[in-house]
Amino acid sequence: MTALHAGTVLAATTSAQRAELIFFIVLAPLSVVTALGMVLNRHAVYSALLLVVNFFCLAAFYVFLQAQFLAAVQVIVYAGAVMVLFLFVLMLLGISREDVLRETIRGQRPAAAILVVLLLAGTMWALFAHPFSGPGVDLTRVANNDNVRAIGQLLFTRYVFAFETTGLLLVVAAVGALVLAKRHMRARARGGATREAAAPQGAAREEEPVP
Amino acid sequence: MKVEPSWYLVLSALLFTIGVAGVLIRRNAIVLFMCVELMLNSVNLSFIAFSKLNGDLNGQILSFFVMVVAAAEVVVGLGILVAIFRKRSSTSVDDVNLLKG
Repeated sequence: MTALHAGTVLAATTSAQRAELIFFIVLAPLSVVTALGMVLNRHAVYSALLLVVNFFCLAAFYVFLQAQFLAAVQVIVYAGAVMVLFLFVLMLLGISREDVLRETIRGQRPAAAILVVLLLAGTMWALFAHPFSGPGVDLTRVANNDNVRAIGQLLFTRYVFAFETTGLLLVVAAVGALVLAKRHMRARARGGATREAAAPQGAAREEEPVP
Repeated sequence: MKVEPSWYLVLSALLFTIGVAGVLIRRNAIVLFMCVELMLNSVNLSFIAFSKLNGDLNGQILSFFVMVVAAAEVVVGLGILVAIFRKRSSTSVDDVNLLKG
């Protein structure tokens, strides 16, 4: 009976591993291709859409690495909120024209290529010279079979100060974005017939209440 | 043959390098931000892979904080970008050259 049970467990794990292998073989090249497409595409909107696909691939990887909570956060925060923000700004600025691809700094592209190859060689050397081998630990046992609860417990006990600080950071970011947008609204409302005369004064006066 | 956590580390290094290449090559500030997001995400992937490798949930917590900081960074960065665009009607980083000597 126990042997049969062990056999079914073994079969189950191997089928799960096979599924992970198939997903990895499909999704890892897809994520690399979408990342490359994002960098090389001349239209910023296509770049944003390719980045969304990349984020979904990463969310799938998080599920296979037993970070279910972070996979959900990845889809909600990145593929949802952040990319919608990017697309909003793209539409707001009306960038439908293609990016200018001329070099403004001489020799930047070759230097960039050399640096990127060096970086890739360095990281690959670091990964393969001192390989992080090992099958990994089953995190369901570490997390007591509940990833969200385990993360919540860590977040509200050991990392509670950092958690509160990130809340403060988000408030500061929201207020900062509001100030950045509002200053321009006021400057535009004041501008008009006396724009040339009033703009430097107005800009100088508006600097004062910000800090 | 099964997927080792170290494969994810190699993938993460590849994605990070692509993000660096984008930041170095592209001139559009919005695409630059996207490349920075790609780099942050690749670092998150390596954090979570290490978390799996070591059986330690602290990597996932750190990844969570990286996501929060990235969200704040995007909000402020895009706000600055819109402000610059209203002044200069361009999103190329080469047009913002006030500090050029």
